[in-house]
Amino acid sequence: MSRIGVFICHCGENIGRTVDCARVAKSLSELPGVVHSIDYKYMCSDPGQALIKQAIREKQLDGVVVGACSPHMHEKTFRKAAATAGLNPFLCEMANLREHCSWIHEDRDRATDKAVDLGRFIVEKIKYNRPLSTIQIPVERRALVIGGGIAGIQAALDIADGGREVILVEKDPSIGGHMSQLSETFPTLDCSQCILTPRMVEVAQHPRIKLLAYSEVDSVEGYIGNFQVRIRRKARSVDETKCNGCGECQKCCPNKKIPSEFEEGLGMRTAIYVPFPQAVPNIPVIDRANCAFFKARAKRVKKAVCGKCAEVCGRQAVNFDQQDEFITEKVGAIVAATGYQLYSIGKKQDSKNLRGYGEYGYGEIPDVIDGLQFERLASASGPTGGKILRPSDQKEPKTIVFLQCIGSRDRAKGIEYCSKICCMYVAKHTMLYHHKVHGGKAVVFYMDIRAGGKGYDEFVRRAIEESHALYLRGRVSRITRNGETIRVQGVDTLSGEPVSIDADMVVLATAIRPQPGVEALAQKLSVSYDQHGFLNEAHPKLRPVETNTAGVFIAGACQSPRDIPDSVAMASATASKVLGLFSKELLEREPLIARVDGLTCTGCFHCERVCPYGAVERKQVKDRKGRLLKIIAEVNQGVCQGCGTCQATCPSKSVDLDGFTDEQIYAAVNAL
Amino acid sequence: MKLGYFPGCSLHATAREYEESLSVVLPALDIKLEEVQDWACCGATSAHATSHTLSVALPARTLMQAEKQNLAQIFAPCAACYNRLAAAQYALAHDERISSQVESLLGHSFEHPIKILSIAQLLNGLTEEIRKSAKNPLKGVKVACYYGCLLVRPPEICKFDDPEAPSSLENIVNATGATPVQWDMALECCGGGFSLSRTASVVRLSRAILRSARGAGAQALAVACPMCHSNLDFRQRAINRLGADGAPMPILFISQLVGLSLGLNSVQLGLDRHFVNPQPFLERINATSLLQPEHREQA
Repeated sequence: MSRIGVFICHCGENIGRTVDCARVAKSLSELPGVVHSIDYKYMCSDPGQALIKQAIREKQLDGVVVGACSPHMHEKTFRKAAATAGLNPFLCEMANLREHCSWIHEDRDRATDKAVDLGRFIVEKIKYNRPLSTIQIPVERRALVIGGGIAGIQAALDIADGGREVILVEKDPSIGGHMSQLSETFPTLDCSQCILTPRMVEVAQHPRIKLLAYSEVDSVEGYIGNFQVRIRRKARSVDETKCNGCGECQKCCPNKKIPSEFEEGLGMRTAIYVPFPQAVPNIPVIDRANCAFFKARAKRVKKAVCGKCAEVCGRQAVNFDQQDEFITEKVGAIVAATGYQLYSIGKKQDSKNLRGYGEYGYGEIPDVIDGLQFERLASASGPTGGKILRPSDQKEPKTIVFLQCIGSRDRAKGIEYCSKICCMYVAKHTMLYHHKVHGGKAVVFYMDIRAGGKGYDEFVRRAIEESHALYLRGRVSRITRNGETIRVQGVDTLSGEPVSIDADMVVLATAIRPQPGVEALAQKLSVSYDQHGFLNEAHPKLRPVETNTAGVFIAGACQSPRDIPDSVAMASATASKVLGLFSKELLEREPLIARVDGLTCTGCFHCERVCPYGAVERKQVKDRKGRLLKIIAEVNQGVCQGCGTCQATCPSKSVDLDGFTDEQIYAAVNAL
Repeated sequence: MKLGYFPGCSLHATAREYEESLSVVLPALDIKLEEVQDWACCGATSAHATSHTLSVALPARTLMQAEKQNLAQIFAPCAACYNRLAAAQYALAHDERISSQVESLLGHSFEHPIKILSIAQLLNGLTEEIRKSAKNPLKGVKVACYYGCLLVRPPEICKFDDPEAPSSLENIVNATGATPVQWDMALECCGGGFSLSRTASVVRLSRAILRSARGAGAQALAVACPMCHSNLDFRQRAINRLGADGAPMPILFISQLVGLSLGLNSVQLGLDRHFVNPQPFLERINATSLLQPEHREQA
């Protein structure tokens, strides 16, 4: 026979006003197995908790039911109180008499009746509760950071400075990401590379950061605290241990006409190249698709072709026979910081859900460029040495037109979201243009100006008032060549007049999209993503850098369009989450997980197929002689989130969810 | 392949040459036309400027006739006819109020949506056949493709080609062997139905189109709409009165261009009916001359 204590809380007036708590306590006291039943004004207060502890000790209670608020609110409080009094905390449960009863009803009599029912429900359930103990999982206290842009760099540095090892994986030959391409940054106009490159160097030199550039995550297995990550180290064709970054190979490479990715096609690079002078690591890579040696090898030309870089290298670092390698690393937490790409403006799109702007002549008119290309033109390290010159004829543009929201906020193009950073960087572009081209005229077509952020609106006002950018509210319908100039036809919706401007250059502020391939990575990490491919956070407000997969965190523009301050803040947040996770050697978690009865399990693995977390594993059952008897399902305690889908699915009723067993639920339902 | 055919008013009148060209080009491409019986006006301009109900009911009546004739597809060579038929079909499918009104007016309920084809859609699907049967590929001539306003827009109704940067006519021109030029005004307004009421506007707008085509190096303009053709061809004399911009620009229906590449007779293609004499252009491409006496009788 059980010895259950019932404690009914008035929650001040919150419950007491609508529910006759004394009557509830009295009715429940009459149930078989209930040996103690009282009501009290504030059960969660210290004296209230003392009542519970006292009753547990004096009446040797083996179950505690607290009729009060939602378990979300105070279950932890009461379980802790029960535990201090020597009762297993999982033998304490709550009946929700506030959100489920007093707050939503008016009739006191009927509300009281319902409160009695809710209490009886839990009393019957708790008779079948079993003591449970928290699960402890060992934690591998190293982190993996995917993506070496500013978010990944910040996360890696913060985790490493916090004393834990970090593996930083970057798919490109150098870390730095898009931020390394930018000229100046809003709203302070400080030089992007000047603030970024010291951090890149810090990454390279940090004793606790293992930098794997030109590498990609191949597969991820395991669970929080215990991930096994297989990483593909792409063949650089240059031995990282031998190369000292002297640059002789680049000088002698005969193929110098390859459009540079770093310069957004406005500059050229060689086939063996370092993406930019400040690259980290400062080790070249051979672009095999454009290298004469590899092209000849692909065509099975027997005669040796080129190979100049290998001849000139004093350290014999060039290795044409290098192959992709795979390494496996064990980590306890993963931070995804894969960043963004720009939407493709022209007709060709990589997704059938997207449409381009054929009418803007991008790709056909050379002086119609996108925002990142303008950054390169304005950058001191760029192809023009920081002079703003037209790509077509290297003349200074006297009239320049900026178009905001290209793709963004345009449902017809398939992107309904706001890309967030464009209003600010267009304002910055007008300022840079004003500083560099004296007497030049900058015109901006905008839909709305969204400049929320510290010092942001002031910055846009400066662009308008001090840099004299002409802001026109409206869209552009067509961009055409007009001799040397570009005719931009649009509308100024504030005056209601059509506008036609003959510009020398047009800059399109294109929408931000997640990196290509992010969906595949998300599937490897079991992280969900939205219809655009942005990774989903666990809660938009309260868990912004966590994901639904424990131990996987997200930072920066892979989650939604983000500017640098936001990305850095998110990255530091992920680092604090990772360091918090790594603060203990063992992870503790609630034991409310699924359990398989190995005797009845037939190994049909329906549970494996329905489990959203991949928590079901296969276990071999052998006899004493080591002969295989059967293969059954087993739940990984680290991965299971206790959703109960397997329990509902199992045809042989071999799965039970601790804390919510079939027995408990039937008992509770039968009490009604 | 057999298609329903909706000529509309212009193919029997001002754009006779368009119908003449189709009557020789389509059989050569193995397409037979069956005219919709007792068809009515498509309602272009006049009807949809006065009554929305009428603008749907008129083309809906033609759709009803086609349904009774068991036609699965209707080919409407005139861009305005095509657009009205497609717009009416869209309204019947998406606007319950107007569809019940029109169905009660006609005493007919629509069941099977008939596929409505424009000339661009039809020929764009036949580029392989055109290329194969081109006896006289139009090598070395540059053609500007002019879409006007109705051929690919509005996108939700036409659901064909890019509404702002289309390429279907260019595909067809490529198939004839001619070179389509890159130009800016392929979708700009020619002045449309204001030809008589506001001629000055039409002259101004059409002049800009011709100038742009000339600037891009075009030797002829390919159109797919009788209204556009009339404005650009018939009004060229008035345009030149504002100051000649260069040699007269022959305006050809896209079907005529296809016909020339198939080696069909220029007169059979109705090329002698244009106001701007296409003879110099025909000479460039080795087509049959229009200069023979009594040519029409011979043809």
